[in-house]
Amino acid sequence: MERKIRVLIAKPGLDGHDRGAKTVATVLRDHGMEVIYSGLHQTPEMIAEAALEEDVDVVGLSILSGAHMSLFPRIREELEKRDMKDVLLTGGGIIPEEDMAALEGDGFAKLFGPGTHTGEIAKWIQETMEARWAKENSDA
Amino acid sequence: MSQAHTSESARQLWEAALEKSRTRDANFTTLSGTELKPMYAMEDARLDYDADLGYPGQFPFTRGVHPSMYRGRLWTMRQFAGFGTAAQTNERFRFLLANGQTGLSTAFDFPTLMGYDSDDDISLGEVGQVGVAISSLRDMETLFEGIPLGEVSTSMTINGPAPVMLAFYIACGERQGVDPAQLRGTIQNDILKEYQAQHAWLVPPEPALRMITDVMSYCATNVPQFNTISISGYHIREAGSTAAQELAFTLANGMDYVRRGIAAGMDVDDFAPRLSFFFDSHLDFFEEIAKFRAARRIWARKMRDVFGAKNPKSWMLRFHTQTAGVSLTAQQPENNIVRTAIEALAAVLGGTQSLHTNSMDETLSLPTEKAVKIALRTQQVIAEEHEVAHVADPLAGSFFVEAETNRLEADAEAYFKEIDSRGGVVACIDAGYIQREIHRSAVIYQRAIERGTKKVVGVNVYNEGEGKPEIDIHRNDKGVEAEQRERLSTLRSERDSAAATRELEAIRAACDNGDNLLERFVAAAHADCTLGEICGVLRDAFGKYKEPKIL
Repeated sequence: MERKIRVLIAKPGLDGHDRGAKTVATVLRDHGMEVIYSGLHQTPEMIAEAALEEDVDVVGLSILSGAHMSLFPRIREELEKRDMKDVLLTGGGIIPEEDMAALEGDGFAKLFGPGTHTGEIAKWIQETMEARWAKENSDA
Repeated sequence: MSQAHTSESARQLWEAALEKSRTRDANFTTLSGTELKPMYAMEDARLDYDADLGYPGQFPFTRGVHPSMYRGRLWTMRQFAGFGTAAQTNERFRFLLANGQTGLSTAFDFPTLMGYDSDDDISLGEVGQVGVAISSLRDMETLFEGIPLGEVSTSMTINGPAPVMLAFYIACGERQGVDPAQLRGTIQNDILKEYQAQHAWLVPPEPALRMITDVMSYCATNVPQFNTISISGYHIREAGSTAAQELAFTLANGMDYVRRGIAAGMDVDDFAPRLSFFFDSHLDFFEEIAKFRAARRIWARKMRDVFGAKNPKSWMLRFHTQTAGVSLTAQQPENNIVRTAIEALAAVLGGTQSLHTNSMDETLSLPTEKAVKIALRTQQVIAEEHEVAHVADPLAGSFFVEAETNRLEADAEAYFKEIDSRGGVVACIDAGYIQREIHRSAVIYQRAIERGTKKVVGVNVYNEGEGKPEIDIHRNDKGVEAEQRERLSTLRSERDSAAATRELEAIRAACDNGDNLLERFVAAAHADCTLGEICGVLRDAFGKYKEPKIL
């Protein structure tokens, strides 16, 4: 049976803007992924804990509150503490380009800005995960 | 008879000619998915002129709330602003007033919107980011330093902790020597749409609604010129709803507040004149104008005929408008100036009482001074250079606009029935019905863009590829959090802590015994209790809200 990609879409911090997160979650489901949506107002610990419990392959963070430079690295640390440093870490929102570049150099595989085609996000996740799994299989 | 005959055959001729005409391969629907006809004629816009339109300033106010509309007074130009510390936002306020803005509008940061102090652990990284950090009366005094509260009208966009923030404002006015009866402005205080769309809540719906009736009753006596709720469709629309859903859910929320005010023992005419509204002005120019007109007509009819209001001021739907944030693109951001100008024009033609025009850079960060100034100038150009403000409701009688106004009213009525049949607004929130409706529309819209059936210049057409936007963006000062911690620590060491504790205990008691909470919050503000401390008491007393799972 084909392995399904498991994704946690999470809303860190006090930000209430969830249109993007919910839309992306719905689209990823349409692409055959198993998607867990965290709901609003999640702390970094809650997100890492949910990722562990749900045993996800991908964590996608959505943030429009400007708190990304504080919250994103803390989420990465919390995941590492739970031995989940291999999880594919991604996200999007209102994030200035230079901050995106900084976060992409700090454990985030790729971040997406406003206007991104949701199909592009799904395709990127699929290709990245398939490449990883192919590599794992050939290494095994 | 011969006239009608001629007109009928003219229509048939036109239909036949249309059939043979070339039609572009395009989607002729509104953003909301409504299929538009190629032309509207008299038979598409059935109207009883007196009952459905009347004259400006007359029931049902379809044509506007004032007899002279903008000849009497232009709309209030009110740019939403706030970032960093109270002192930084105070500087932005003064900049806007110096540039001809006529009212203030305050944006708070997320900790403030959620009722936490800047030095709370949960606020880490969020202080002063999307708005100004206000944790105490002292912060509020700094925010309005040098701005006489007896003269300016101020809007405050806050909901869960709105009654507490209003108390800070009243106390701030008192410290400036302004009688609360002189204060003018609006507190958003619209908790129902928070559960539906914007999501900055404090406690569950029932206690939150009780605080709102406390605000309505306290203000009716003490702060009579202040709008106690700004019943908001803006956030519902921005979260993805259609125009009809925005209209319907907003007015359904409004009617719920009215019912609760009456149930709390107030006379509808004592509080209804201070209810105001807030709508989005989106890309579909005519649909938006029709939405504003339909909103006025529906509200007037409900207030007079369903709720028995006798004061014409209770029948009038007065509203603020903001152009559509979601219509802005990060790609080719200067194009946003054009989108905003057209949306602003729709708001003016729809008879708005005040207006915020978005800045071109708001999909990238908070706006720069330059971008805000262009946005404000956009309103000034509309007001001063064109003839659009000279004539009240200039699109009345347009077959298309009247047909759309009728359609939106009918769509809203269908939603009111659906909401009633599901047990009312709060039951619909608890069941996730409204949230699901909004999400469904958001997904339909996103798919339309991605399939290319809806065009977005710079995104799915006339795309210039990857590339950095060529505009400067605003960066927040990184020292805000530390500065706020310092200010709060000074406040806590300087205040009379026994008095602060006493006031917090009085709030706890009022939560249970039903005393007016706003009155207690004003006393607590004067005793330098902080926002987080007061909201902490409310969370303890009333519990936290847990959103229903819809996905």
